[in-house]
Amino acid sequence: MSTEVMEACKKEQENQKMQVTQNTEAEHTRAGKVFVPRADIYETQEQLLILADMPGVKEEGVDITLEQNILTIYGKVEQPQLEGYTLAYSEYGVGDFRRVFALSNEIDRDGIQATIKNGVLKLVLPKSKRAMPKKIAVSVE
Amino acid sequence: MLLPRLIGNDFFGSLKDMQRVQEQLNRLFYEEGKSAEFPPVNVWTSPDGAIVRTEIPGIDPEKIDITIVNETLTLRGSRVEESTKDCHSCHRKERGFGQFVRSLQLPFIVDSDKVKATFKDGVLEIELPRAEADKPRRISVVSE
Repeated sequence: MSTEVMEACKKEQENQKMQVTQNTEAEHTRAGKVFVPRADIYETQEQLLILADMPGVKEEGVDITLEQNILTIYGKVEQPQLEGYTLAYSEYGVGDFRRVFALSNEIDRDGIQATIKNGVLKLVLPKSKRAMPKKIAVSVE
Repeated sequence: MLLPRLIGNDFFGSLKDMQRVQEQLNRLFYEEGKSAEFPPVNVWTSPDGAIVRTEIPGIDPEKIDITIVNETLTLRGSRVEESTKDCHSCHRKERGFGQFVRSLQLPFIVDSDKVKATFKDGVLEIELPRAEADKPRRISVVSE
């Protein structure tokens, strides 16, 4: 097979949204597709930062739950209603977003901040005081 | 004897065969309705025009450049990487960033003065009305 085809396939996979295939623990109550949002996860000394691409999700459509150390993010996406128009050509599917993260560090639940701007969800998860590394000063005798 | 056969009709015939195989392979790998281009678009049409929708989250709406020349729509923009100077470890990095250019050819000439574009929650919607001069006209036949 030519390398061009391979490249194109790879590129396509990169640009396409990934759909949730396995039904993990719950059945969906809403009809329609559910996609896995692409995410970046960064860690600093004090906090964990998650950025997720969720285009079409409004502020009130975001649902974040943290149970034990399982973090679930869910974003509702409304199907576009375009009266008088018919879908002639489609390259991407429209549906909700859902992703589950398993957190290793203990998170300060009260300090979680979530903001959504231009379709990007930003989650700031501060580490709890107990989980933070402690510095032990050595004193000279 | 061998040389004329190789560069004769057979040679070009086998080239064509190879091309056909490649086309079939390409078709296998490109599922219908999927594209390798970024950003992927959905196009709605009506007799009066079209609506193009595309998902480009995390982009400043002021930095999206839309140009229309006759029936070709071009989208230009770039996504900036979030600054992560103070992060000492990065666990996942799936979101892409950088510049993109995408051109679309529409089946009609667009009235570029009436084009409307809105960007909401990371979804860009462009309304492209068909130019009056391009619309089909009904001509009634008058009997004499």
